[in-house]
This record gives sequence, C-alpha cells and structure tokens, in this order.
Amino acid sequence: MFDYSFHWRSAFKALPDMLGGAWVTFETAALSMIFGVLIALCLTLMRQTKNPLARGFGNAWVSVARNTPSLFQIYLLYFGLGSFGIHISSWAALLAGITFNNAGYLAENFRGGLKAVPETQMRAARSLGMSAFKTYQLVIIPQLLRIVFYPLTNQMVWAVLMTSLGVIVGLNNDLTGVTQGYNVKTFRTFEYFALAAVLYYLIAKAIVLVARLLGWRLFRY
Amino acid sequence: MIEIENVHKSFGDLDVIKGVSLTVNKGEVVSIIGGSGSGKSTLLMCINGLEVIQQGSIRVDGTEVHNKATDLNRLRQKIGIVFQQWNAFPHLTVLENVMLAPRKVLGQSRAEAEEVAVRQLTHVGLADKLKVFPGKLSGGQQQRMAIARALAMSPDYMLFDEATSALDPQLVGEVLDTMRMLAEDGMTMVLVTHEISFAREVSDRVAFFRNGLVHEIGTPEQVLVSPQYAETADFLKSVL
Repeated sequence: MFDYSFHWRSAFKALPDMLGGAWVTFETAALSMIFGVLIALCLTLMRQTKNPLARGFGNAWVSVARNTPSLFQIYLLYFGLGSFGIHISSWAALLAGITFNNAGYLAENFRGGLKAVPETQMRAARSLGMSAFKTYQLVIIPQLLRIVFYPLTNQMVWAVLMTSLGVIVGLNNDLTGVTQGYNVKTFRTFEYFALAAVLYYLIAKAIVLVARLLGWRLFRY
Repeated sequence: MIEIENVHKSFGDLDVIKGVSLTVNKGEVVSIIGGSGSGKSTLLMCINGLEVIQQGSIRVDGTEVHNKATDLNRLRQKIGIVFQQWNAFPHLTVLENVMLAPRKVLGQSRAEAEEVAVRQLTHVGLADKLKVFPGKLSGGQQQRMAIARALAMSPDYMLFDEATSALDPQLVGEVLDTMRMLAEDGMTMVLVTHEISFAREVSDRVAFFRNGLVHEIGTPEQVLVSPQYAETADFLKSVL
C-alpha cells in the first residue's frame, strides 16, 4: 500500500537553484513591504483628512484589499489588465498584488496604532513650539512604529508566503516557481515541495528572529 | 504681559468660558482656583492657542494669539506649559526629552542643548536620571522633568495646569518646591491649582473662577482669607 520510494538526492541537487529562488522570494516580499508601508502611510493620512474623496479612496483600498482573496487580486492584475491590452510581467503582477494587500492591512494597523498614541503627546509637543509635521516625525511616528512593529513583522512573513502565488501567473524564478519547474520535470512532488516548505519556514523564522533582535535594540523603553 | 479680554469659549453647545478678562503682568504669579468645570484649565489652553476661542482676545506681549496671521509655533516658544498628566515622551530618555525642542525648534547644537538640559534637570533635582526613560520615573520625577523640558526653551511665561493633581500625595511637595523656586526667580506664572495654601504663599493675585467667569480676584489675603462673596467662601470651605 505504500510503495513510494523517496529520492531526496535529486531534490538536494536542486538546492542551489532553489536558494536562488528563495532570494527572489525574499526580495519580492521585502520590496512589497517597502512600497506597502509607504502607501499605507499615505492611506492612513488620507483616511484622517476631511476630504471625502481622499477618505473614500483610502477606505475603499483598505476594504477591498482585506476582503477579497489575494489570489484574485494577482490574477486580475495579470490576466485582467491583459484583457485591456495592458501587459505586465508575472513578477510585476505579483509584486503589485502583494503590495496592494500589504498596504491595505498595514493602513488598518497604522490607524489602530495612531489611536493608541495619546492625544496629549500631540499637545505636549505642540506646546513646545513644534510644528505639526515635526510632532509627527519626532514624537508620534516613533511611538507608532513600536506599536505596529510586531504586526509589521507578521505582515512581512505573510508577504513571503504569499509570493508563492506568483506561480499561478507563470512566475518561474522565485522559490515556488523553481520548485514547480523541477516538479514538472521529475514528478518528485513530495521531495521538492517538502524541501521548499522547509526553506519558506526558515525564511519566516529568520525574519521573526531579526525583527526580535531589532525590536530589542530599537525599543529600549 | 498676558492680556485676556472678554474671552468666550464653548465646546459645541457647552459654554465653558463666558467672558473672562484678566491681565497678568510681567513677573507676576497669578493663581486660578475654582471647582471642576469652571473653565480654568481651558483658559490656560487658550493662552497658548492649544484651544481656539469663539469671542474676545488674548494678547501675549502685544501679539494676538487667536489671529490667523500669528505664528503660533513661534509664540509658544516663550510660553511654557506643564500639564496635569506630565506627558513625558516615553520613547526618549529624560535628557532627550528636554533636549528635543531646543534642538529641533530653536536649532541649537547637540552640545548647546545638552548643556542647557543638564543645567535645567540639575535644577529640578534629576541630575542622576539623565539616561533613564520616563517610564522608570515616579510621577513627581516625571512632572519635574516636564518642568525642566518647558524651561529649556527659556520661556518668558510658565503656565501650570493642575500640575500636582495627578500625583500621589507624598510626591506633591517636590513639585511644589520646584514651582516655588521658579516663582522666587521672578518667572511670570499662571497656576491653575487646588493647592490653596501653596497659592496663598506664592501668588501675587488669586482669581476664583465660577461658571466660566472670574467671580472674585484680588491679593491672596483678600480672596483666600477674607473673601467678599459667599460662593468664594463656600468653595474654600469645601477644599480646605
């Protein structure tokens, strides 16, 4: 009943290629986080303003990003835009999709974080003659950063795992893409994907560890 | 000189200040006493423009506070304020808390700002806490740090909004000592306070607020020892 014999050797031979793919995976996730944080900050500000257009845009982004499957978001960006004659690469579609998602989730985290910084901090800083901009820069955002630091780490791990969706729009050089490439050639599905899963796991754990060390160094108060 | 003229302030339908006039001269210490909701704390927030007013005017050294053309950030540099909830910046050390505004607002160099900060912190008795984060300090220590932070901007005026109300009783004394020191140095001060005996000791004048108006004003002896009005006497009886 169980006559499958494992061929780990061929999987380990593919390890250098897979590590190359893992780097693409990490890079894509990191980029999607950088853009995601920047867009999320803009969205957070837009949702604070009185301008109904800006608020509506910010709220719509957050709402759509959080309430639709990220698979569909990437699919629509690649094939959907294709039907309008806009063709972007698999990698660009993946990056845009994950960034869209990150921005939505992070904007919601930032909003909660801002609420957690007491209003009186703003008053205290303004009473010392600081402008609103300087107050945000030097007093509010540094405190916000601590509050959203662990959610930010989670989001980064999530982004790494979600880049595996790139394979559905034909991405072939990230960790999942490389793994799938070997899989279709050898049909050693278990070995290759188990090895890939271990690599994903190690990336995720490394991110959490680095974040923990960074947090320990950054937030001494 | 702070000139407050017929100021009205409301939050929505709630009228908090209903026509207050008060002048604070250079070098004078004026205490404001009164029950909660009498508008005394709100008035302080209006003096440095943290709250807007609906009517009347407030001038500080001739500058209209509630005028769109006024550079409030500049004006606030010479009006220090200490809040009931000390409001330390938790992510900065005691020294950094005090250095922040002088560096970023006045543009002082690190060395310059540090020298001033160390001097102010030594003055309020926190010389041994420079590298400590505010979360590790007692309420009284945090409040003294807040005073040093305001003084580091070398303000011409200091406003105290119930600076000792949120402190444990045994910590009130150290903060009052710091305030007393300032008064003796000739700082122009407006205190909103519930510490009647302290107000009597340091003030040149005391104002009793009631229902958003100055009900009675005069020397500490006049207002606190032999008040003219029954309401003032009743209030004093209730807090003493």
